[in-house]
Amino acid sequence: MADMKIGAYLCKGCGLGERLDTAQLEMIAQREGKAQVVKSHDFLCNAAGVQMIKDDVANDGVNHIVIAACSRRSKTEAFNFEDVAISRVNLREGVIWVTPEGDETKELVQEMAVDYVRMGCAEVAKMQPPEPNPNHGNNKRILVVGGGLSGLTAALESARTGYDVLLVEKTGGLGGWLSKLHKRVPSREPYADPQDTGLADLIKQVEAEKRIKVFLNSTISKTSGAPGQFSVDISTESGSTATENVGGIIMASGFETYDINKLPELGGGKSQDVVDQAGLEQLAKAANGGAIKRPSDGKEVKSVAFVQCAGQRDTTGKHLAFCSGHCCNTSIKQAMYFKDQNPDVDTVVIYTDLRTPGNGEDFYRSAQKKGVIFTKGKVSEVVPGAELQVKFKDLILNDDAVAKADLVVLATGMVANSGIDMEAQLLAEATERDEAKKAKDAGEAVAEKQEKPKGVSILNLTYRQGPDLPHLKYGFNDSHFICFPYETRRTGIYTCGPVRRPMDAVQAIEDATGAALKAIQAVENAMLGRAAHPRSGDLSFPTFRREGCTQCKRCTVECPFGAIDEDEQRYPQFNESRCRRCGTCMGACPVRVISFENYSVDTVGSQIKAVEIPDEMDEKPRILVLACENDAYPALDMAAMNRVQYSAYTRIIPVRCLGSINTIWVTDALNSGYDGVILMGCQKGDDYQCHFVRGSEMAHYRMSKIDDTLKQLNLEVERVTTHEVAITDIARAPKIINDMAETIGKIGLSPLKF
Amino acid sequence: MAGVVATNETILVVGGGISGMTAALEAAETGKDVVLVEKNPALGGRVSQLYRYFPKLCHPTCGLEINLRRLKANKRIRVLTLAEVANIGGQAGDYSVQIKVKPRYVNENCTACGECAKAVSSEIPNPFNYNLNKMKAVYLPFNMAHPQRYVIDPSIIGTPEADKAKAACKYDAIDLGMKEEIIDLKVGAIVWATGWRPYDAAKIQPYGYDRYANVVTSVEFERMLDLFGPTGGRILRPSDGKEAKNVAFIQCAGSRDRNHLKHCSRICCMASLKQTNYVTEQFGDAGKSTIYYIDIRAIDRFEDFYQKVLANPNVTFVKSKVANITEDAAGNPVLHGVDTEGYHRYDNAHDLCVLAIGMEPSVDANSIPGGIHADKSGFIEADPANGALFGAGCASNALDVNRSVQSATAASLRAIQVINRVSRAEA
Repeated sequence: MADMKIGAYLCKGCGLGERLDTAQLEMIAQREGKAQVVKSHDFLCNAAGVQMIKDDVANDGVNHIVIAACSRRSKTEAFNFEDVAISRVNLREGVIWVTPEGDETKELVQEMAVDYVRMGCAEVAKMQPPEPNPNHGNNKRILVVGGGLSGLTAALESARTGYDVLLVEKTGGLGGWLSKLHKRVPSREPYADPQDTGLADLIKQVEAEKRIKVFLNSTISKTSGAPGQFSVDISTESGSTATENVGGIIMASGFETYDINKLPELGGGKSQDVVDQAGLEQLAKAANGGAIKRPSDGKEVKSVAFVQCAGQRDTTGKHLAFCSGHCCNTSIKQAMYFKDQNPDVDTVVIYTDLRTPGNGEDFYRSAQKKGVIFTKGKVSEVVPGAELQVKFKDLILNDDAVAKADLVVLATGMVANSGIDMEAQLLAEATERDEAKKAKDAGEAVAEKQEKPKGVSILNLTYRQGPDLPHLKYGFNDSHFICFPYETRRTGIYTCGPVRRPMDAVQAIEDATGAALKAIQAVENAMLGRAAHPRSGDLSFPTFRREGCTQCKRCTVECPFGAIDEDEQRYPQFNESRCRRCGTCMGACPVRVISFENYSVDTVGSQIKAVEIPDEMDEKPRILVLACENDAYPALDMAAMNRVQYSAYTRIIPVRCLGSINTIWVTDALNSGYDGVILMGCQKGDDYQCHFVRGSEMAHYRMSKIDDTLKQLNLEVERVTTHEVAITDIARAPKIINDMAETIGKIGLSPLKF
Repeated sequence: MAGVVATNETILVVGGGISGMTAALEAAETGKDVVLVEKNPALGGRVSQLYRYFPKLCHPTCGLEINLRRLKANKRIRVLTLAEVANIGGQAGDYSVQIKVKPRYVNENCTACGECAKAVSSEIPNPFNYNLNKMKAVYLPFNMAHPQRYVIDPSIIGTPEADKAKAACKYDAIDLGMKEEIIDLKVGAIVWATGWRPYDAAKIQPYGYDRYANVVTSVEFERMLDLFGPTGGRILRPSDGKEAKNVAFIQCAGSRDRNHLKHCSRICCMASLKQTNYVTEQFGDAGKSTIYYIDIRAIDRFEDFYQKVLANPNVTFVKSKVANITEDAAGNPVLHGVDTEGYHRYDNAHDLCVLAIGMEPSVDANSIPGGIHADKSGFIEADPANGALFGAGCASNALDVNRSVQSATAASLRAIQVINRVSRAEA
């Protein structure tokens, strides 16, 4: 690209012209900031102001733009210029709205603005306008793993959008659990009766779709590559393997039912006439509309008891702790199998909470109308026999009770078929090692540690981070985020259906359709070199300087998205279309060789250095704040909108994620005389809110080691603090800053000012 | 608004809450052009009025920030606020839609500097806080409002107040002569994501929402926790501003009831469980919550959250549909009913009673122009007869946020399929 030409544009609107000495800011931009074009405008964001900038880009060769006006969160669309590097200097929310007016503070406020202009110029000088990664794939095919309802739906919806699909199913037929059902829970009004599963029609549609290629009796033995250029080995039962290229992957590997034999107290495995819901479907299918007969002696069932939450919602730690969501409706449906055939069959559903959300309520009412009995109770034991006895505590009468039945159905839960949870295994291994070490120290024999991950993988990814998608709680592969159910940790790979979360058929269909969109979107993004959510559309991607790299592997290990492999020479190999542009690798790199075109150790480091550190005699401390751009920075912005004030000694730099913070920034800041450094990131821990998974946690960890550095520098440890800040901390975030100012007031300025 | 150019390869998304924003963003990030229409002056919808989400207790505005950043960066999405669909003509792949846009009296020049609001003194009820407090008649709807642009309430148009606002604006951003506009759009597919509204609590006569100041709805309670809400983030009872430390939650307020909403609104159990956390968070062991319920529907992994609340000694569960509420001399709502576990009668006084209010569609699907298949509750029921109009989020069912986003993503793909068919046909 052409030589760098910096244009600095200063706004005088919204009180900036009155509160600040714009002429001085212009001079700073020109002399210190090395901006060749410096202009101020009364109202920069209006059409004329924006046009002025556009003209300079078009006619004057300006390709690096500094906009000194409001926050980057304001007027974003107006200042969205393409193919140039842009730095937004926040003089409004960052300076005049958080500081008091008046002569007393005028000098401090002006110094704040001057520093921000310096920082903006320094940043933009180190930036390049990002260009899309040339190393992208252009394969648009979608791989769907699993041929049940979710997989069939995902395949069909992808094909209908115009994409070719490979559908891989491990068994010899399509349909999954749905093929084992007699009927399904109704999906539309009047929600009164069980309805046909619709599977035959669905399979017919899939088979008729030319864009879908089905592989039966097949599994995925290897997956490598990245969105737009995955390579997958599809292995058949017979041992043959086909290597195929795909652009995006949908994993719909479904669930297994919880093993009924684990519930002997409820008669599981003790009596043939105690079945799970899948077992009842089998009996209903066999009866095919006739009377359902029980397995032990073929007797027509005259009375049946449904035991809800069998081995679910368990608080003892022995069984499943969660609720599978569908089982109440499923038992209602199954009770109707009996009632619809013969209203004289006694059906009782014993439950603690009946969970039929939405229109399921109609279905529940319909069952009541059909004479199904619902009893709130907790079952303690099922006694086998010719007539089974269901012993339970009646929670309404607060009394022990017994229900007698020819057949007992246990509503057991769903166990996700989600493959190998590498993270959990590594954690377990680490604990084991610790214990082994302790044992060894105590002179005990130590068992050999295992090398390979345990279990059967679904995708067999070649990623360092493990062969399958990370599990959320209870083995499901869900996204961690409420607003973003498809926020995957392996870009381009989306799970759907009950492998993601316990769900019913209606939800599985919606989920599979949504996942199809995400896979298609990932393919399209990969082709354009664009990042996936949450930094959607970001064209920048990390690169590293090979000469400096020490092959320490920290970047490959710490990448939350498994985006980095190692090449044959053990150098990191970035898979750009897997990358989410958080910069965690950049923060991890001890030799600082990783950077993005528009975000690097230099872009931030040079901002830190651009701040003028006043002489000790001036008694003006400087506080550096590195704030997560998604939560802490907006919180500070909103504080400004509400005129919550904070110390004018503060200099704030937004970062992509706290995980991207390289400790060199902190040590450089301290060495150059800053008096305090504050890191503001998202909540960490189990309920983490970091959209780059462990950024905040990582920063906290890295900062926990900064105390040694501080001690070496003879500085107080209070000078560096790390905080979890939420977007709603509009009052708290400024307070954190003011607390630091107060601390500095107490312990004094840093002695490291030169 | 002459700038809105749409073709039959454009997707119209109706509703700018989390479902509508999701549908719009997912389509745009897949390369489709979108017009996003919102009837309020700002995007964000009902979740932007929530303090925290269950079960992670994280803040909905965090996700809103991400979605707004995606939106601001995406040139394929055009946003129309204060806009509603007046008519839909044509058919799948070729719709003619009329959009009615109400005047904002503030144009794109607005920098959100706030001088106009400072200049006026008239106040109006604040709908963002469910009218629990007042705000200036010239206002920014809330801190994260997008577009970040002030609004002038029509009630002051033609008064000196409006002139004062105009005089205070240095940027020629106030246009008091703005009129309602009708915009005609060509679009190929429509995602209908108009969301939900709380059931009218006053209709549940025995609970006295319209008679007792200290009976509030769950959505109103949520606003109390916001630092910028009507009580500055404190749980105070409306009658006398006293701290409400003993709070009753009534489940199925309007839901699962043949006289009101016959469906289960799905979110209310979790919402109340979540709100008991607010009480504990604010008052510690002095804060007591009582949940009156029929069934606790903490579906799937939410069970964890329920177990955590069960373990909180300051939360009591009473299995009972509350019969009625009266008020005692101290202004306390007194709940009457029978605890069905053991059949004990109770008459319990609380500081404040929160109705876990049911969910009904904001727009009855029967009233959507063009004839859309609706279920008895007025939710959109998917049907081939709906052509290329696809329901998303709570316009299609009583859903939580996660499921709404799932549904919106699915609806977005269905719309894309239509657009792709149109463009293949025209290629």
